[in-house]
Amino acid sequence: MRRFLRPGHDPARERLKRDLFQFNKTVEHGFPHQPSALGYSPSLRILAIGTRSGAIKLYGAPGVEFMGLHRENNAAVQIHFLPGQCRLVTLLDDNSLHLWSLKVKGGVSELQEDESFTLRGPPGAAPSATQITVVLPHSSCQLLYLGTESGSVFVVQLPAFRALEDRTISSEAVLQRLPEEVRHRRAFEMVEALQEHPRDPNQILIGYSRGLVVIWDLQGSCVLCHFLSSQQLENVCWQRDGHLIVSCHSDGGYCQWPVSSDTLQPEPPRSCVPYGPFPCKAITKIFWLTTKQGLPFTIFQGGMPRASYGDRHCISVVHNGQQTAFDFTSRVIDFTVLTEANPEAAFDDPYALVVLAEEELVVIDLQTAGWPPVQPPYLASLHCSAITCSHHVSNIPLKLWERIIAAGSRQNTHFSTMEWPINGGTSLAPAPPQRDLLLTGHEDGTVRFWDASGVCLRLLYKLSTVRVFLTDTDPNDSLNAQGEDEWPPLRKVGSFDPYSDDPRLGIQKIFLCKYSGYLAVAGTAGQVLVLELNDEEAEHAVEQVEADLLQDQEGYRWKGHERLCARPGPVHFEPGFQPFVLVQCQPPAVVTSLALHSEWRLVAFGTSHGFGLFDHQQRRQVFVKCTLHPNDQLALEGPLSRVKSLKKSLRQSFRRIRRSRVSSRKRRPAGPPGEVQEGRSRAERTGLQNVELAPVQRKIEARSAEDSFTGFVRTLYFADTYLRDSFRHCPSLWAGTNGGTVYAFALRVPPAERRMDEPVRAEQAKEIQLMHRAPVVGILVLDGHSVPLPEPLEVAHDLSKSPDMQGSHQLLVVSEEQFKVFALPGVSARLKLKLTALEGSRVRRVGAAHFGSCRAERYREHHLAVLTNLGDIQVVSLPLLKPQVRYSCIRREDVSGIASCVFTKHGQGFYLISPSEFERFSLSTKWLVEPRCLVDSAETKNHSRLCDRPGPEKASGRARWVKGQVAFAPAPAHPTLPGVPPGGWPESPSPVNSAHPPSSASLPPFVCPTLPCKLVRRPHSSRDQGFPERGA
Amino acid sequence: MNRSFHKSQTLRFYDCSAVEVKSKFGAEFRRFSLDRQKPGKFEDFYKLVVHTHHISNTEVTIGYADVHGDLLPINNDDNFCKAVSSASPLLRVFIQKREEAEHCSFGVGSLSRRRRPLALREDGPRRRTHLHIGLPHDFRPVSSIIDVDILPETHRRVRLYRHGCQKPLGFYIRDGTSVRVAPQGLEKVPGIFISRMVPGGLAESTGLLAVDDEVLEVNGIEVAGKTLDQVTDMMIANSHNLIVTVKPANQRNNVVRGSRALGSSGRSSDSTASRHSLPAAHVLQNLPPDEMESDEEADVVLEGVLEPRLVPRPPPGSLARVNGAGLAPGLHSPGREGSVQRLLSSLRSDPRHSLALPPGGVEEHGPAVTL
Repeated sequence: MRRFLRPGHDPARERLKRDLFQFNKTVEHGFPHQPSALGYSPSLRILAIGTRSGAIKLYGAPGVEFMGLHRENNAAVQIHFLPGQCRLVTLLDDNSLHLWSLKVKGGVSELQEDESFTLRGPPGAAPSATQITVVLPHSSCQLLYLGTESGSVFVVQLPAFRALEDRTISSEAVLQRLPEEVRHRRAFEMVEALQEHPRDPNQILIGYSRGLVVIWDLQGSCVLCHFLSSQQLENVCWQRDGHLIVSCHSDGGYCQWPVSSDTLQPEPPRSCVPYGPFPCKAITKIFWLTTKQGLPFTIFQGGMPRASYGDRHCISVVHNGQQTAFDFTSRVIDFTVLTEANPEAAFDDPYALVVLAEEELVVIDLQTAGWPPVQPPYLASLHCSAITCSHHVSNIPLKLWERIIAAGSRQNTHFSTMEWPINGGTSLAPAPPQRDLLLTGHEDGTVRFWDASGVCLRLLYKLSTVRVFLTDTDPNDSLNAQGEDEWPPLRKVGSFDPYSDDPRLGIQKIFLCKYSGYLAVAGTAGQVLVLELNDEEAEHAVEQVEADLLQDQEGYRWKGHERLCARPGPVHFEPGFQPFVLVQCQPPAVVTSLALHSEWRLVAFGTSHGFGLFDHQQRRQVFVKCTLHPNDQLALEGPLSRVKSLKKSLRQSFRRIRRSRVSSRKRRPAGPPGEVQEGRSRAERTGLQNVELAPVQRKIEARSAEDSFTGFVRTLYFADTYLRDSFRHCPSLWAGTNGGTVYAFALRVPPAERRMDEPVRAEQAKEIQLMHRAPVVGILVLDGHSVPLPEPLEVAHDLSKSPDMQGSHQLLVVSEEQFKVFALPGVSARLKLKLTALEGSRVRRVGAAHFGSCRAERYREHHLAVLTNLGDIQVVSLPLLKPQVRYSCIRREDVSGIASCVFTKHGQGFYLISPSEFERFSLSTKWLVEPRCLVDSAETKNHSRLCDRPGPEKASGRARWVKGQVAFAPAPAHPTLPGVPPGGWPESPSPVNSAHPPSSASLPPFVCPTLPCKLVRRPHSSRDQGFPERGA
Repeated sequence: MNRSFHKSQTLRFYDCSAVEVKSKFGAEFRRFSLDRQKPGKFEDFYKLVVHTHHISNTEVTIGYADVHGDLLPINNDDNFCKAVSSASPLLRVFIQKREEAEHCSFGVGSLSRRRRPLALREDGPRRRTHLHIGLPHDFRPVSSIIDVDILPETHRRVRLYRHGCQKPLGFYIRDGTSVRVAPQGLEKVPGIFISRMVPGGLAESTGLLAVDDEVLEVNGIEVAGKTLDQVTDMMIANSHNLIVTVKPANQRNNVVRGSRALGSSGRSSDSTASRHSLPAAHVLQNLPPDEMESDEEADVVLEGVLEPRLVPRPPPGSLARVNGAGLAPGLHSPGREGSVQRLLSSLRSDPRHSLALPPGGVEEHGPAVTL
């Protein structure tokens, strides 16, 4: 009868599972994909970014982060903080307004949407009458002035969004109160600018697009002043004391209008065109800021000469005779200038310029001469060159950490020393319990080292491998080599540079040994570099070795790219990781697997043709092994083969069809119900037509040895284990291929004292052909206690118990379809878990992780974290291979997200949700890195006092994570709620981060709670060429 | 290397026309040889076998293991000749008492596995009365209809035997919609259908599957709610022993069982459908995976391949082994022989020949099997 017991009916085990596993998406690292709006609160010192998918993200001091998601999948167009409050208003491109607030709950601020509102005009009015163009939150915080396309300014009361129709300032009303000579000239058209008088809350400025600017008295309902320019108005800036108005125009010029109390209109001042005299593009936004020293700062966006620089994305800063046009590599979304926050202060005294570009955030220090950029502690542009691979290393020793930071700080000398100016809020998150590194490899041949310990993903150090090779472009003739007296005075800023000199430089695999500081990096053209951390700069030649993976196989012709040409002679290297050995695989196919053993001083690498082992101590190749099947024409010819490209392009076009169908179904516009119905039926009809035109078929055929790319080496693994007999263990190298073959080589590494004298020897000891022939994605050896063998040097550094070499070792082979445990040294099958045969899902990523219990301090278990091609994450127990829990994590269509996933050793993981953002998730109850922060203002203090009364949700108590453990609130466990553990559920600070229903952990395994649909809102990127992706 | 290995080698090298015969009855072995060119009559062979085993007074049936590891009968001159001529190099003969043999049918894989019926029957271990239907003796099954007794008449559960058959499985599947009768009336639900047959493929040659048949289950697991890609992966993962339950598009060829003739209120109405009328599937899903697979394929382990070369030709001293038996350590030797034979067949079908075996025979000594 045992077989009828579902796994997991054991209540004790179920309880333990709840203490061990819990799924949370905790924080998004990187730069928001497709930003569309910028907002800043000078009083809170918090920055807000809205995206095209309807997310808003708030950033303050490092660690202070919030995220909110509109229910609608519409782009955020504008974000405005209410002056002095923890509230903000967003405008979406469907013309709806949303009020958000930061509320303090349980000592932590949370971002919530309070109200939403769509402006409705009088019946029968054109839709453009209520199309909002400008939003002005009044300083009273009670009113919102909304400029529209029709030229009317509507007034809405907050926080209930009640339209005050009697206070609408229609363009007709303004027209009537204008002098005769202005009145008849032309219609006003849309409202382009709305500003409140800096000193007098009863006056607002209204700028119309045809060039008329009026100052309107709110109480008297009359025009105080009016200014008329001959050019289309783009934007207006009101000087701090209210005596000067600066307007910018579509011809690339700006005008200064002195404000005087007499209604007599002065002569129109001369327009200043900074980049004239030839036609210029519009200046879309301008700041005119006063300083104590007297000379003002003029900061404006655009205005470049149309013919020669019209395609540049520039923001110009003019002050004291200096002028610089900051040239951004991507479109400027919006910018703001950080100035004196106190409205009573006499001068603006700007200190920083914050620019939100399409692909990065740039902050420029305006106080230091030369206006250097400030290094942001978050919002890093992960994709400044496309990410091609990533590698996570947990628990970095302090020594290595400091050396990497020291190397990185020497690269950052061009940054300003200014403290990060956007520093609102306080982070309450505990200090990260350990130092974690995330390494990303990029298309341009660089490896970036990120501090992934906490909420802020911060760039520590950047390594470039380009220096080793001869490339077409000389590093000297960069764009910066412009002369001093060049006009316009362009200066490139930002790090986003998507253009790669040579795609062969792309990094494909990274392996870092955290104890020895050895790093192995492998790339697209079969190059494998071994690097060593050196604190001094050095100039030395890199030893080059060629590894012929085909050996003496005849008659093969590689039609792919050529190998990279190494730079001859000594090369100068800056402090940091410096390469000393370059192994180049022949044929120069993409390196598909890499392993480094720093204790034995060996590096193993594999491509689609075979694998090799290199002794980097003696700088000698130990052996190479060809894994090719003679019939595998595709692997031989390389990626340029016509056969493959046709097949691939067909497959991709099928994928595109499917994807577009999926996305069209999901991105249904929210509108009146009848319209939706119609849209849906139309979509279905086109969907059906698609089916009839191109019926998607799948061939059912067993895998055979002749399938293409069977020799593709997927995984390499070093282990000290019992390979030949059960008495002596020896070093071994394991390799798994796409065709389901595992090769095991016994190694003989000479002892340390004779390490340089005797060669390392290897001989093949075993070859296992899995009969289901599915690609091998992971190999692991478990010691006598069924614990994965420690990393090299881990024991020597006293950071791990030495493995149990007494009991019998076991070999775990993970293929895409099955998990299989074999006994060593006999390689007899012990256990298996067939994933694909039972569920139809395939393993994409696997990682061994240990899970601590949130209750028992010392208790921990080793398990496998598995990501499938359906985007599910499962935990599979070791060594019994019992499925423990399953959570759906990534959408199955998000191929690049699934391909980019990395697991950490503590049950966390990262995957790309867009080319520029990593989502961090956690499977563990104990290791949880998530933002916990408090944003305080006078308003919130009052507010929190109101809200802190014990509400119903307080009754069950709350669990809080403090230094990786749980501190329980004093309230007792709720006795009546099944599924609520004692202490209740931990809450996440923002509604989106807690998107996963917390009750998931109490569900039986294999009941996967569906994510709320808001999490699957992202328009996912089509850029997936970075990761090797196997087709169906 | 044990003695028998040398012995058999001498035999092969010095008398090439002789066929070594290893005959097994119960736990006993007898060895003798036959002339490959002139094996003689079946009757003489029968007498010889009975005599050597000292079982002259019992009725026995004789079978042999063919190159694919299948147990095939020897009961006339023709198949006796076939058995001797196809022996390569050893002819392995299995003898059973006739009354015992009734419950053990000859056929594919019968050496290695006692097939568990795919579904568990409600009535437990009650033995069914055995129908005596003559087997097509010299043929090998490529497919079979199974579990007819527990499935609704409108459904068909088909097993495809890929092993011992060089043909590709040869079919394609697609998405589609099927119509079900629900309490609210007819409703359309997404389903998986067979879209194309490869001419000459295994699926087509069985005649049991056809284009537009709806796929309901794959090896006991319902496909409802699964995507086309998932079902594809499940089928490929089970391709060595694929059991698909289909609802044939053409319902005219269904077996009509007497007890449930038309008009009976039994479970013959398909449309109330696959969810409720297939209790088997629900039971099956509860099985831990490794208990379901007595018929698992074994992985091949080569040891001590000394040269790291593309074509590792193992030296005579090297070992190759199959580890599938590790699941059931108590398995008796027929199982091992079967798996070895399957290994051999899989090696032969492997054009790579990277696992090419030395021209020696299969020997067994103790629990380990050497090649």
